[in-house]
Amino acid sequence: MADIITKATRESFGEALCELAKTNKDIVVLDADLSAATKTSIFAKEYPERFFDCGIAEQNMIGVAAGLAASGKIPVAASFAMFATGRAFEQIRNSVAYPNLNVKIAGSHAGISTGEDGATHQCLEDIGIMRTIPNMVVLNPADHYEMIEATKAAINYDGPVYIRLGRLAVDSFNDPKTYKFELGKGITMNDGDDITVIATGLCVNEARKAVESLKEEGINARLINIHTIKPIDREIIIKAAKETGKIITVEEHNVIGGLGDAVCEVTSSECPVKVRRVGVYDRFGYSGPAKELLDIFGMTESNIKKVIKEELGK
Amino acid sequence: MNAEERKTLEIFSCKARKGAILSTFNAKSGHPGGSLSAADIYTYLYFKEMNVKPDNPLWEDRDRFVLSKGHCCPSLYAILALKGYFDFSELESLRHVGAMLQGHPDMKSTPGIDMSSGSLGQGISAACGIALSAKLDKKDFRVYTLLGDGECEEGEVWEAAMFASHHKLDNLVVFVDCNGLQIDGTTEEVAGVEPLDQKFESFGFHTVKIDGHNFDEIEKALNEARQIKGQPTAILAKTIKGKGVSFMENQVGWHGKATNAEEYKLAMDELDARLKELEG
Repeated sequence: MADIITKATRESFGEALCELAKTNKDIVVLDADLSAATKTSIFAKEYPERFFDCGIAEQNMIGVAAGLAASGKIPVAASFAMFATGRAFEQIRNSVAYPNLNVKIAGSHAGISTGEDGATHQCLEDIGIMRTIPNMVVLNPADHYEMIEATKAAINYDGPVYIRLGRLAVDSFNDPKTYKFELGKGITMNDGDDITVIATGLCVNEARKAVESLKEEGINARLINIHTIKPIDREIIIKAAKETGKIITVEEHNVIGGLGDAVCEVTSSECPVKVRRVGVYDRFGYSGPAKELLDIFGMTESNIKKVIKEELGK
Repeated sequence: MNAEERKTLEIFSCKARKGAILSTFNAKSGHPGGSLSAADIYTYLYFKEMNVKPDNPLWEDRDRFVLSKGHCCPSLYAILALKGYFDFSELESLRHVGAMLQGHPDMKSTPGIDMSSGSLGQGISAACGIALSAKLDKKDFRVYTLLGDGECEEGEVWEAAMFASHHKLDNLVVFVDCNGLQIDGTTEEVAGVEPLDQKFESFGFHTVKIDGHNFDEIEKALNEARQIKGQPTAILAKTIKGKGVSFMENQVGWHGKATNAEEYKLAMDELDARLKELEG
């Protein structure tokens, strides 16, 4: 097992961009006055001639990115998830996705773990919003190592990608020696048969801890990490539905439109099984320390364990 | 510009207007009013100003045009056809199922369209991005965009204007088709978007006001724009919505409505008479 690195995925993303830009001269980074927070500042420092601060004007930033992509650049436009996907939704739809332009959109401070800033900044809808747009790939990496590989894959993929970044420092759990990122492919992290837990983003590690600790109680749950929410890995979900009969999804997002819904869309048409969705139940968040909020909203180990046991009638 | 040159441009313009009327009539929908007001600007750009290769539409050193007021594409499509990007007969199936010519410009389906557009306010941002890429690559191609005056009510236009002047995009020319009308009435009644010259000037643009139907003035403004270093240019072109078809001129109602059979004949007769006059 590799060393555990405790780092916010936004920081891993900023570092990865910088590394990729060494050899890929087409990468251009845009931000909307949040580079210190989205960590595109790391890139800006290294490559000031390829970094453009668009000011607090997200709609124009996305349009500029579209124009850059139309001229062969690989623009990465970063802001908070709320403003990137919310304020600039229509620019993303019409100027980026409709012409299928090679723009990468990075949304930081996604989810309830944005913490103290409260409801206005805790974006719980970005995955749903981005998932409904044709041509859009949606990524939600879970730890440092996964973010590095996901960033690489996003840059190498020719087309629009939305990548979700977290504010909170989280422990890594993947081993870079064996870890392989494949766009659109889920990762089976534990091959149990009692029930399946499908998680995304920082919830993956919480689900992993829950699944590991339940082994001591004789419960062997399958654990799947879905880093690519669109296109979703249908095969891995159908197989899990058939073999374990019950699915729990865990995400830091509104249960409407997120991972849980994406999984239900597959199971309901291919192999209807009960899917219990752990997430935010159609409400806004509020201020508080990230870790406390994650606990309150049930996205940490203890609640995931509880839900697994409930579903197994134990 | 000499008289012969001017006449040649006027012939192209007249044919573009015919194309706009024909295509929207066949589509039973579309936007004739703004297509007619912008026709002379398109004509000058494609037949005099821009360095393009219709047989190689994606040539990377070409000048680019982004139609920010995407709904005024029927006459632009006609100009692209006249320039040789595709056959003029494509205009007959504008907006039909399976047609190459979509209701709003689609860069993926139509040769010569440099950027998809249609949602107002967005084209100018894309034009800024293209102009910025030219700066990054030290290429000397130029970027042109056309906005409606009503479109300038969109906040994004001013975000983009700020960006263009902050980044000294002197390779960018922003035309505004100032026909003074929008769907719900005159621009003055609806939101009071003027004075646009003062707005663009205060946003850091080199700003010129011209008659958008006068090729000499268009030429002068564009030549002037090439001399301006360190700031983008805004050309505020005073135009007549519906220009060239007498019953459409300055009428709010012809924003987004196609002609019926009777109106179609009247409009085409008028344009044909004008064309005959020009061609002698």
